[in-house]
Amino acid sequence: MLEIISQPWHWAVSGVMIVVVMFLLLWFGGEFGVSANLRTLCAIGGAGKRYKFFDFDWKSQTWNLVFIGGAVIGGFIASHYLQSPEPVAISESTQAYLQSVGVATPQTMTEGAGFVPSEVFDVANLFTLKSFIILIIGGFFVGFGTRYAGGCTSGHAISGLANLQLPSLIAVIGFFIGGLVMTHFILPHILTL
Amino acid sequence: MKFLKYLLVGILFGVVMTKSEAISWFRIQEMFRFESFHMYGIIGTAVILGAIMVAVVKKTHFKNISGEMISFNPKNMSIPRYLLGGSIFGLGWAMTGACPGPLFTLVGHGIWTILIVIISSIIGTFAYGALRDYLPH
Repeated sequence: MLEIISQPWHWAVSGVMIVVVMFLLLWFGGEFGVSANLRTLCAIGGAGKRYKFFDFDWKSQTWNLVFIGGAVIGGFIASHYLQSPEPVAISESTQAYLQSVGVATPQTMTEGAGFVPSEVFDVANLFTLKSFIILIIGGFFVGFGTRYAGGCTSGHAISGLANLQLPSLIAVIGFFIGGLVMTHFILPHILTL
Repeated sequence: MKFLKYLLVGILFGVVMTKSEAISWFRIQEMFRFESFHMYGIIGTAVILGAIMVAVVKKTHFKNISGEMISFNPKNMSIPRYLLGGSIFGLGWAMTGACPGPLFTLVGHGIWTILIVIISSIIGTFAYGALRDYLPH
């Protein structure tokens, strides 16, 4: 059983399991939206004293913080006990493109599980301009954009589209405008810095 | 005890994010380059099945464990807010290869530099809260 779960999952299985998570959260009285936690963390840090956007009863969001705490533990369990035998199988055309901009895709588990590129995420490369831009500016865009749009992949692309919300469709179109512009026109230059 | 169930479903979520490979920076590159169906298959399956689930919950007036109706708040209509905010998030998603769910899951994988991305994302959210009165919504 453990051996079967440890294989990379088919996309359909993954999609079904995401809906199971979404259903459980709704049934428990919560909802599926991860980026809301970033606002809660600002509120806990006292941002509500200066900006009314953060002035809310953050304790009502404790369940969601517990949920992402669980996600950290889930990541730990998956990396220790459910590790795939091979790194993530990335399409050859993507691998070739990444090679051309100086990013190697792991071929064996000793090179990495294929979750993050070592050229950007290794602590040894932390003080390069490339890592700085990707981690710090990229993270800033994630936090700023998700709150501006009122949700991320879980809240808009999955929960919102599943509830047939037009605003969520507009948000997802935005996700792709930003993602395509970055991937095709900007990131190649950052990666070759 | 009230929160234990959220912890457990969070653990399940972290496992799902890992085994689906949605936490992979490489998978996000592949998705935005349209060179694999993988991520579209995951999101597409979740949206279609999720839509059926939401429709059934509404139709059957399915109650949550506290015995209350499950409510779905409709989102207020706006174009600039979702298009601009969404595009900014998209820029960050393509750079970091992680949306917020995978961000937290990757911490469990011991990828410590992801903490820098998380801290930056909290600062980004703070900046939005500080500037929101000046932004088109």
